[in-house]
Amino acid sequence: MSEIRLDVEGLAVEIGGQTLVRDLGFRLAAGERLAVLGRNGAGKTTLLHSLAGLRAPSAGRIALCGDALPGLTPTQIAQRRGLLLQHQLDAFPASVLETALIGRHPWLGRWQWESRADEALAREALRAVGLDAFALRDVHTLSGGERQRLAIATLLTQAPQLALLDEPLSHLDLNHQVAVLDLFSRQVREAGLAVVMVLHDINLALRHADRALLLFGDGRHVIGPVAEVMQAELLSQLYGHPLRELADGERRYLVPG
Amino acid sequence: MPTRRRALLVNLILLLAAALSIVLALGAGSLKVAPGDVIAALAGEGDGMAAEVVRNLRLPRALAAFACGGLLALAGTLMQVLLRNPLADPYVLGVSGGAAVGALLAMLFSLPLLLMHGGAFAGALCAVLLVFGLARGDGSWTQTRLLLTGVIVAAGAAAVVALILSVAPEQKLRGMLFWLMGDLSHAATPWPALIVLALGLAAALPMARDLNLLARGDLVAKSFGVGVGKLRGAIYVLASLLTAIAVTTAGSIGFIGLIVPHLVRLAAGNDQRLLLPAATLAGGALLVCADTLARTAVAPQQLPVGVLTALLGVPVFLYLLSRQPDMGKT
Repeated sequence: MSEIRLDVEGLAVEIGGQTLVRDLGFRLAAGERLAVLGRNGAGKTTLLHSLAGLRAPSAGRIALCGDALPGLTPTQIAQRRGLLLQHQLDAFPASVLETALIGRHPWLGRWQWESRADEALAREALRAVGLDAFALRDVHTLSGGERQRLAIATLLTQAPQLALLDEPLSHLDLNHQVAVLDLFSRQVREAGLAVVMVLHDINLALRHADRALLLFGDGRHVIGPVAEVMQAELLSQLYGHPLRELADGERRYLVPG
Repeated sequence: MPTRRRALLVNLILLLAAALSIVLALGAGSLKVAPGDVIAALAGEGDGMAAEVVRNLRLPRALAAFACGGLLALAGTLMQVLLRNPLADPYVLGVSGGAAVGALLAMLFSLPLLLMHGGAFAGALCAVLLVFGLARGDGSWTQTRLLLTGVIVAAGAAAVVALILSVAPEQKLRGMLFWLMGDLSHAATPWPALIVLALGLAAALPMARDLNLLARGDLVAKSFGVGVGKLRGAIYVLASLLTAIAVTTAGSIGFIGLIVPHLVRLAAGNDQRLLLPAATLAGGALLVCADTLARTAVAPQQLPVGVLTALLGVPVFLYLLSRQPDMGKT
């Protein structure tokens, strides 16, 4: 499993005339997990949306599963990558199952309806996030964490090759944080999913990512294996707050100093 | 679980309800006609006075009512998705305000009926273009900007309408007020509205699943591959055009465009593939019933149908809302 899911070259991202990321280049292969870390406003979400093809980068090139982004139709892009958004908003009532089923949208023709197979896929995804008993509930009756897990189930129903996750752990309690990261790690191992995830928890990133991308918000960035990049000194610079490292046998922990 | 079979079933039932409402409307009035005779008259048999009344007087009006109800309900459904706001109705962006200015000006200067219709349509188009141009101004095209622009244009139109009413001679006021409340007795011919309704539904249905995603937010829709910019432009133009035709035919009939989409949504869920045709049929049937009541309730006096739609729609809507059904049941 070494096929390249995401190939980024010379990428620049700016918002409101301010350059947040400059000259970013990396390749992400199937079965790899990249954690994106940085302070609020450092450009994590903007970068993720650029990678997802939702906004054009101000410079550089992005290729998704071997094809350059401008050459793909929105539907082709949506078949290859899934994007977990930071906020879920439901103006109108809808059932949990219906909401998971919108993940099939890119795969259906204009007049096609969801099939039994699509429903089975959605139910499987709901089971994976522990919402199978909620299939007929209205989304408005879900708690914040349950709504977040539903968004994850929708992404799994979409069955992309690359998952771009914007704060996948927001609203989740501790056991679900770990469960969600384990779920994606399993998909990465078994199905060859590639994952880019914006995380705020340094220690979860240490354990659940292969590489880390640190965004300093002024164009500078550092990317590399978590063991190398995620060091107390560099992360102290990143967050503008001193961090120190604790060891527990093999495991390292970084805590605010 | 949304299925095609369920959507077909719901729409078939509504289609029968719509047909029934038209048969009832054709039979009701100062000259009562039995349903069997109505159907015979429609089939071209019988040429007594009853058949003449059914074919030449009541049928055009019932068809116009059905078309206007369908247009308003369809436009309302589209507007609610476009603005992602359950309070949106076909008039929220000022289409009816523009039409009212045009129609009332024509009435003020005693122009013929045809020019009144022309004035209403021209006014509606002016409002659409004005809102479209202003809301797109900086290219951002957000729904808040669209909503605010529309509401302000509608407020401006309302002021002009109030001005016209205050300077109009007394004998013209009654006609103007009826127009403002919605009145089908001016409907000259139902065919333009019916044709636009059929074309509008045919244009909206292929976009239905995209609309399901748009209802969940621009970003969500984009992330699943929906071309949001084009889609929103298309449904804005479509919904405005449908509203303009409805208002031109029958004045600004209230509540149908707001309440019918909600009624159908409460009963059958928010899948636009089911909702768009179902709301169209339900809106048409409801307006046919309301118009029949409007011309028979205190006959020979005719009531403005807009008053009836509100009087019928509000309690039904409040009842459904208070029942709070399990809306996830699909």
